[in-house]
Amino acid sequence: MIEPQVSETSAEDLLKTAARWLDEGRQVALATVIKTWGSSPRQAGSIMIIDQNMTMLGSVSGGCIEGAVIQEALEIMDHGKAGILEFGVDDEQAWDVGLACGGTIQVYVERLEAA
Amino acid sequence: MKRITLDQLNRAKSAKETTVLLTDLKSGEQELVYPQRPDADHPLLDILKSAVRDDKSYVHATENSETFIQVFNPPLRLIIVGAVHISQFLVPMAQSAGYEVILIDPRSAFGNKTRFPNCNITNEWPDEAMEVLKPDHRTAVVLLTHDPKLDDPALVASLQSDAFYIGALGSKRTHAKRLDRLKNLNNLERIEGPIGLDIGAKNPAEIAVSILASITKDLRHGDRT
Repeated sequence: MIEPQVSETSAEDLLKTAARWLDEGRQVALATVIKTWGSSPRQAGSIMIIDQNMTMLGSVSGGCIEGAVIQEALEIMDHGKAGILEFGVDDEQAWDVGLACGGTIQVYVERLEAA
Repeated sequence: MKRITLDQLNRAKSAKETTVLLTDLKSGEQELVYPQRPDADHPLLDILKSAVRDDKSYVHATENSETFIQVFNPPLRLIIVGAVHISQFLVPMAQSAGYEVILIDPRSAFGNKTRFPNCNITNEWPDEAMEVLKPDHRTAVVLLTHDPKLDDPALVASLQSDAFYIGALGSKRTHAKRLDRLKNLNNLERIEGPIGLDIGAKNPAEIAVSILASITKDLRHGDRT
């Protein structure tokens, strides 16, 4: 698997960027890692921000699940109802693709309200 | 998340103030708490304070609710008074461990960019520098000059702050004299002296290891006292 470049910008800096995006009239969703099991590259509290054009900053994994999170984020931007996403890589599958990260991860995705 | 919550989080970041965001995972309701404020009041305050200390975000589950506790702490800082030989080892070690390091030494022959190329240096007098730096609960202060007229003013300022670690270089005898000079101050037991974990350190690099070990211990295990 090719890992996309993920930003290590701290959580708060991302929130400042998110506020700027809102000021520019963009739609913004916030994804936050809330639980991890096994070996996950990003701890609980790690965040990612996404806008309606799928621009993303920050990360919730080493790049494995960002794509799926963005898809959900787009829907949540639309209807506004926050939700929890769960992703897992079972051990067998992890071995098959030679990944060490056989972890499970829960991500909370919510819409940032403009006002 | 409401815009007002986002703005409050960003304001706290600019003010270097710790905040905890509580998210009810069922209803999506959010609440912002400032656990370090003296007037902080919340049913979960003790839990929140220990989450802040551990710098750990997690889901707090009870019988009928799940709340995500998300800690937003200001960055770790290390303030070193004395641009001495030990500091030349301690600065890069602490930076590797994630600290923003600030070096105070009014003697520009010691505190200069040639001796410390990758570090914030101020040549102000320690009490003036400390007034600007305002040590908080994520700050460690280390005094390495051996010189009372430099160390003592910084100690006085540290003891009035929330710094999670205060250490001062010197033998047991030197430290006893120091405590005697400062005997009118409160909470002198907050000062670690002699400084550092007892690992038999002999040279400046080993002393730097023992100091960083002691800082880490206080950060992760809480107060020595």
